[in-house]
Amino acid sequence: MTEALVQVENLSRFYQNHRAISHLSFTLKAGEVLGFLGPNGAGKSTTMQVITGNLAPSEGEVSIAGHDILEAPKAAKRHLGYLPEQPPVYRDAGVDEYLRYCARLHRIPRGQVMASVDRVKQLCGLEDVGRRLIGNLSKGYQQRVGIAQAIVHDPQVVILDEPTVGLDPIQIREIRTLIRTLGSQHSVILSTHILSEVQATCDRVQIIRAGELIYSASTESLNQGHESSVRLALRKTVPLEALSCVAGVDHVEALEAGRFRVFFAPDTNADALVATAAQQEWGLYELIPEQQSLEDLFIELTHTEEAVAG
Amino acid sequence: MIWVIARREIGAMFCSPLAWILLAVIQAILGFLFLSNLDNYYLMQPQLMQFENTPGVTDLVITPLMHVAAIILLMIMPLLTMRSIAEEKRNRTLSLLVSAPLSMSEIVLGKFLGLMLFVFILVTMLMLMPLSLYLGTSLDSGKLLSIYLGMLLLLATFSAIGLYLSSLTENQTIAAVSTFGVLLMLWIIDWKWGSVTVLSYLSLLQHHQSMLEGIFNSSDIAYYLLLIVGFLVLTIRQLDRERLL
Repeated sequence: MTEALVQVENLSRFYQNHRAISHLSFTLKAGEVLGFLGPNGAGKSTTMQVITGNLAPSEGEVSIAGHDILEAPKAAKRHLGYLPEQPPVYRDAGVDEYLRYCARLHRIPRGQVMASVDRVKQLCGLEDVGRRLIGNLSKGYQQRVGIAQAIVHDPQVVILDEPTVGLDPIQIREIRTLIRTLGSQHSVILSTHILSEVQATCDRVQIIRAGELIYSASTESLNQGHESSVRLALRKTVPLEALSCVAGVDHVEALEAGRFRVFFAPDTNADALVATAAQQEWGLYELIPEQQSLEDLFIELTHTEEAVAG
Repeated sequence: MIWVIARREIGAMFCSPLAWILLAVIQAILGFLFLSNLDNYYLMQPQLMQFENTPGVTDLVITPLMHVAAIILLMIMPLLTMRSIAEEKRNRTLSLLVSAPLSMSEIVLGKFLGLMLFVFILVTMLMLMPLSLYLGTSLDSGKLLSIYLGMLLLLATFSAIGLYLSSLTENQTIAAVSTFGVLLMLWIIDWKWGSVTVLSYLSLLQHHQSMLEGIFNSSDIAYYLLLIVGFLVLTIRQLDRERLL
């Protein structure tokens, strides 16, 4: 099944005169985890709210599993699970009671409610807190209840708005594993401003800035495509020119004493450099391939545009 | 679906002490008034016996009691309706309902039905006091039924108005105060210019009065239903409109 589950076309949204998102178009395929990345106030949450029908789009169309969110909202929302920025939990309800209510709201037949609730409780690690009041749970557990709520009806599309905010590192890792598990059965849209989260969990990443989509690529290509430089440490003092002369080296940058950053020409690697270093006894003791991380890319993209705008 | 929401509403009301306290306070005050009305009736009874066609115990005890009940509830119902939507907005839980495959009308009707269940419990409990008089005397059952229906319709109207004002704000206090203001205004609207027909038709008091006296007038029913439906539609439209803002 390669048909697009979520299709967003030319979406714009205004708050009075302020344009929160403009002409956004993207699709989400089945079984894909899409990371939605952007600085604060870039329009991530607004996009999520429009997709889930919490806000009406000013222009453009959103369809979920082939149903338009405005024309057939009930059919579209049937396939959706949504965790807003702040988990929509009733503090005065128990975990079990709340999840049963959510299951019923999503039209799960009465007989299957218990089974669905048990399933998500196990998935989200909530077995031990079933009888406790949500208001008394820690933030991390409340977040998990929020995620459980979003997947209790086994939707095709799960939309999570900053799911790991306010969690401790262990919980963050658990939630990420959970998201990866979800990704095997559901399509997930994940919004976040934490870059490592996207690299750890997503198949594809989109960067949004000031309401506009400025970058979209698979995380795999991001990890592969940019291994074009290495950090080099030599025991001997070697002139910069000697390094630049090695085959395949594009240019060299001197760092602190004995260390260099070597950039390669496209489609070459460090083989020649290592061979030369051994031959000439440069005393090579460190060679670290540098990947262009998402962070670099992110800062580069958001920064250059700001510079242009400024 | 409406029923699922209504059950959650009534459950939440009885989970917090508010519902219990409201029931207890109303019951205590009206119990006190009921006894004092009954005592007055005892004192008056020998004099009443001398005339023919005098008003009975239903008119002298129950009607005034329910009149006072209506005024007390006018002050208390806003406290009950204020949280319905305002609280969900404040706690950002409304998106749970909005993201579920439900229409706005189902959400609003669910909330309203939840309030109505509480109203039903409340009015039934209030009616138990007058009904206890059956143990010692005979009552005008037709009139009692009219009073019962009248109270239900009146409180349904209070609820619909309260629900609408609760959908306008995130702040529960504002919802309560404005609901109280609107209800009181509708109550006293014909005090000064009662002869102006529009104002006297608008007055909640007029319509309630006639139902308490056992006059089952279709124009009173139409008035209540019109207000209930009108404010429910306004609530649905308000919630729909908020998605556009």
